[in-house]
Amino acid sequence: MKILAESAKYDVSCSSSGTVRRNTNGGLGNTVGGIGICHSFAEDGRCISLLKIMLTNNCMYDCAYCINRRSNDIPRATLSVSELVTLTIEFYRRNYIEGLFLSSGVLRNPDYTMERLVKVAKDLRSQYFNGYIHLKSIPGASRELVTEAGLYADRLSVNIEIPNEQSLKLLAPEKSFDSIFQPMKFIHQGILENGEERKKFRGAPRFVPAGQSTQMIVGATPETDQDILYLSSALYKRPTMRRVYYSGYVAVNSYDTRLPALQQPPLVRENRLYQADWLMRFYQFKVEEIVNDAFPNLDLDVDPKLSWALRHPEFFPVDINRADYEMLLRVPGIGVKSAKLIVMSRQYGALTSFQLKKIGVVMKKAQYFITCRELPIMSIQELKPEIVKNLLLTPKHKKGIFNQPELPFDPI
Amino acid sequence: MIIFTYDKTFEGLLTCLFDAYAGKVFPDVLQEETSLLPLFYDGVYSIVSDPTKAERVWKGLQKKLSPTALTMLSASWLADGFPERDMLLFRVMHKAIDAPKTIELNFGDADVLQLSRIYKQVRYERMRVIQFVRFQKSADETYFAAFEPQHNVLPLTIDHFQNRFAGQKWLIYDMNRQYGYYYDLKSVSEITITDKGTPLLKGILDDQSMAEDERLFQKLWKTYFKAIAIKERTNPRKHRQDMPVRYWKYLIEKQ
Ligand code: SF4
Repeated sequence: MKILAESAKYDVSCSSSGTVRRNTNGGLGNTVGGIGICHSFAEDGRCISLLKIMLTNNCMYDCAYCINRRSNDIPRATLSVSELVTLTIEFYRRNYIEGLFLSSGVLRNPDYTMERLVKVAKDLRSQYFNGYIHLKSIPGASRELVTEAGLYADRLSVNIEIPNEQSLKLLAPEKSFDSIFQPMKFIHQGILENGEERKKFRGAPRFVPAGQSTQMIVGATPETDQDILYLSSALYKRPTMRRVYYSGYVAVNSYDTRLPALQQPPLVRENRLYQADWLMRFYQFKVEEIVNDAFPNLDLDVDPKLSWALRHPEFFPVDINRADYEMLLRVPGIGVKSAKLIVMSRQYGALTSFQLKKIGVVMKKAQYFITCRELPIMSIQELKPEIVKNLLLTPKHKKGIFNQPELPFDPI
Repeated sequence: MIIFTYDKTFEGLLTCLFDAYAGKVFPDVLQEETSLLPLFYDGVYSIVSDPTKAERVWKGLQKKLSPTALTMLSASWLADGFPERDMLLFRVMHKAIDAPKTIELNFGDADVLQLSRIYKQVRYERMRVIQFVRFQKSADETYFAAFEPQHNVLPLTIDHFQNRFAGQKWLIYDMNRQYGYYYDLKSVSEITITDKGTPLLKGILDDQSMAEDERLFQKLWKTYFKAIAIKERTNPRKHRQDMPVRYWKYLIEKQ
């Protein structure tokens, strides 16, 4: 168990959101309101909501970035299907977890492994387990197995890992873009077909109700943030793709000279990518506004929203009492929640800076980008963008926030 | 200064509203019947809880406010540590009844905003119970959990637990307020443990009182908890922020 949990931990996805699964009569568990519950927090600050574990860390592949690659001399272990089922159910009954996130190294061949993963999910469901199940589809698994997995799992994922085909070939010679994008397509089609079916028969079983997700490793290969975010944006075009995760590369195989010798995983960069991803999904930013040929990498000093604002002073200051919702969302220091509150509250009368603060606007940031009834003292128009950037940077550096970026979590 | 004294129940609070409208006198201070009156005041009225009056006020509020706002009022009543809580609730309800249109979204109003803050805290605390309750399987197969919530929020969590753990007997106990809820596979009832000697009141079960496989799964959970953390990324500040120390007492993984 220790071995298999340690092997699984570099997988960043902790999300268990996106489904409502009701408890069946007297059965065990439900999946609430599309919000994953964090039951605990690990000492690295990450949310523990799922039992994230591998069926086995044996693997016949040799991916350079992976601790479980076959050329590594590490302790290996395998759990049986029934052990995994018991473990999940017992943990769930004690309110330790929301469900299971199961992945595996490749044993014998992709289908052989996939079959076992599917069996775990199937057995859990046949014991009336209604908690969350996320299965990681094995690259190269057959369409039949992926489809069957979809009947029991809430979410399926296929990890891209390396955002560029050449780089992938170099580091994971046994994998190809095809072996990854094919299963993604199966899942996508499965969900669409299931949607059609459920229109006709309301009782038809649901197929991966929480959609699919994927992950990319950041910093192991030379791709720019532009490469990465363009790929994400293309993936999000498919509505069944719910989340792309970014994982700062942890140098687990430092002997491999194909990989950079990083002392520290690129955590700040990882965090900036999540923020950029956020902007695409919730703040109505287009990917080319965040990164483009002239600006291929995110600014590590400031978050991508502030960075965009500093590059586009012509949009500011924004009048809080008039601007539409979309523009409010673009103001640094205003989040989705406060933007909504502003729109609702201003019907009752013009808002003052005092009220904005109470609503939850981060005035330290926002003050340079807005006007409200009494505020417009020094905006980005009077000051220069560089000065604003500097003003906003100094205190943060002092606090050393950049040494410890916080990991993102799913918004409600 | 006008003072209303009442029995410190939600029903009593609603009765205060009813009587205030009936007598056209509105209080500046609400206080419990038993507490001492200040030296100077203009009038004191002692209000007697009345379910019919309370019901009528609540019905009136239902016409003025959304179900969410009503939940906000009743849930905020469970908040502890806000001396101004009762008067605040009174003022908000008073304003809600008087206003021609709903006031619930008017966060420019200091009272509405303050109430939404309190409600947020109550919701947070409810969530923390749902997150951090740890059941221990006892020798008689009841899943037992002790908790010390900051606000009196257990009643708000019962639906969740009943729905999720419908197939097992469980007992969740508020160690500070000395009451809890027990589910016997059919229904949930409120209970108070009277046997002071029971191992339950220690919060953490000992070997005799736990089921045979309980120790094993606790161990496995602790192993998992340790193994899942990436050492290179240890972040104690964030760890404490998300899982404050005051909850560690009954968290198996923190024992
Ligand atoms: S296939 Fe998966 S488990 Fe196997 S070496 Fe590659 S990344 Fe690691």
